[in-house]
Amino acid sequence: MSPILVIARLTARELLRRRLVHALLLLTVLVIGLTGWGFSRIPHLHLGGELLTPALAHLAAAQLLLLVMFMFSFVVGLTAAFLAAPAVAGDLESGIALAVLARPISRAQFLLGRWLGLAVPLLAYVALSASVEFLLVAVAAGYSPPNPVGAEAALGAEGLVLLSLTLLLSTRLSAMTAGVVTVVVFGAMWVAGVAGAFGQAFHNTSIAAVGDVSHLLVPSDGLWRAAIFAIQPRVFASASLSRVGSPFSASSGPSVAYLAFVAAWLLFVVGMGIVSLDRREI
Amino acid sequence: MPGEAPPGAEPVRLAPVAPAISTSSLTKRYGDRLALDGLDLEVPRGLVFGFLGPNGAGKTTAVKLLLGLARPTGGEGRVLGAPLGDRPIRSKVGYLPELFRYQGWLSAREALVLHCQLAGLPQHQVRDEVERGLEVVGLEGRGDDQVATFSKGMQQRLGLAVALLGTPELVILDEPTSALDPVGRHDVREIIRKLRADGVTVFLNSHFLSEVELVCDRVALVDRGKVVAQGGLAELLEGGGPRVRCTGLTVSALDRLGELRTDGDWVWVEGLDSSRTPDLVEALVGVGARVHQVEEGRRSLEERFLQLLERP
Ligand SMILES: Nc1ncnc2c1ncn2[C@@H]1O[C@H](COP(=O)(O)OP(=O)(O)OP(=O)(O)O)[C@@H](O)[C@H]1O
Ligand SMILES: [Mg+2]
Repeated sequence: MSPILVIARLTARELLRRRLVHALLLLTVLVIGLTGWGFSRIPHLHLGGELLTPALAHLAAAQLLLLVMFMFSFVVGLTAAFLAAPAVAGDLESGIALAVLARPISRAQFLLGRWLGLAVPLLAYVALSASVEFLLVAVAAGYSPPNPVGAEAALGAEGLVLLSLTLLLSTRLSAMTAGVVTVVVFGAMWVAGVAGAFGQAFHNTSIAAVGDVSHLLVPSDGLWRAAIFAIQPRVFASASLSRVGSPFSASSGPSVAYLAFVAAWLLFVVGMGIVSLDRREI
Repeated sequence: MPGEAPPGAEPVRLAPVAPAISTSSLTKRYGDRLALDGLDLEVPRGLVFGFLGPNGAGKTTAVKLLLGLARPTGGEGRVLGAPLGDRPIRSKVGYLPELFRYQGWLSAREALVLHCQLAGLPQHQVRDEVERGLEVVGLEGRGDDQVATFSKGMQQRLGLAVALLGTPELVILDEPTSALDPVGRHDVREIIRKLRADGVTVFLNSHFLSEVELVCDRVALVDRGKVVAQGGLAELLEGGGPRVRCTGLTVSALDRLGELRTDGDWVWVEGLDSSRTPDLVEALVGVGARVHQVEEGRRSLEERFLQLLERP
């Protein structure tokens, strides 16, 4: 077996053995159950003494779904950061790396193994929970996002972005620091993205540039906006909502160029992680 | 010698003739601290080599350089004929780190399987190798317990098993008995002797000088990153009391002379004056022992160590 796969399996097995997968799935089922109940109440809501019209109920369900997915995107980002922070730094700090890296395994193989062993479970988690949530909303409230697979791909990619960034940081920083730095960067990018959307809505080029730069620096928010576009009803894109720069609507989907950029960004960051670990003294 | 390798040759093929370890002016600097100051070392194959020195002398640093865990800032070295940092050669090197830590959430058996896989052992050998490893270090019966539940000494035993997996040609042990009880230390000595009998080179960092004295063929003493003495143990330790190497000794106490001490095939009587060596030999022969070798005048390594390190 290739050393990459040995480390990847070890990493994935650790998630299972440490009951992380159990805890995450249990909580997710709980949250999905609760939101499912909430969504099923929407068609029974009253507005001014009358039941919501189907069109309004539809819009309300879409808004609520965006809110739920917003929370989910944070869960994905934080999970990625918490998983990746100790994956390299922990072994370096504890001394486990001494025995492992004295074997005929390159630092690149070690890092890629860690990346793979975290990325696969993370993507599986995103695909599974988002699919269940989408299905539930479709059944309970009759709303289906226009591009559910695109939304899952964008959220998964957002997870990979934060995972890769944290792994890079954890080759040099302590697990705690790497995790915290990623979370702060993640939040800052989101705020910058919202600011950029306002800038665009009010045609202020310098504020709009803040969003654009943030989307290039760390594409987590860029991908979250791609996810919004895939989840929101098509009318949102043209509605006045996105004109005022709402954090829960997007005026356009991601360009092919941007997706290519994200792929290149991921390669670059993982490559930097390899170089950084390779140069590091153990 | 490094110079013997023709350019572009596969280092692994040279292995049978190359020394286990050779370094020349190997230097490691951490900031302004010189951890290793031009280490020149030659460890021939098949020997047990003791690498001694006070705390902070640079022993662990040297080991990390040999294993490619850290990069030298000067000089060069070869391990089993391959340059430092060479990856394939590491499948022939076993290593017990000074800081022995293994994935606490794995069972001992799983940790050994992991290292078999990382060492690239063929799948069909893994099971036997793992069971053998557990047995050699006395952890049979605890193989399914989580590493995190092991006592410190048990974790060090596991580390030793990890270092012995496969058929290493060189085993590097960085203070292998630091956490072990006297029985464990004795076991480690036996394991080292067994390795030597199998032709494996052992590079041993240790503070337990009596232990080094008992198992090592050659030693180097380092202080502040430099070798201050290097050579065969016998050369280094002239002067002291007589020791006899004999086999077939069935009676364990020879009251007439005093308390008899043994280690491996060596027998001595604590505090015996060297003028009484013939009495000791006679007594041993008298109880049916076959005497192979008598060594006069060995000082303890500790005395020598302290003498060599005496600072002006
Ligand atoms: N990563 C590091 N960064 C800075 N200095 C270091 C580092 N590792 C070792 N040193 C320094 O190098 C010197 C040699 O350390 P080393 O660990 O090799 O000693 P040692 O001989 O193994 O000691 P001990 O017997 O205590 O294990 C020490 O002065 C130590 O402070
Ligand atoms: Mg040390």
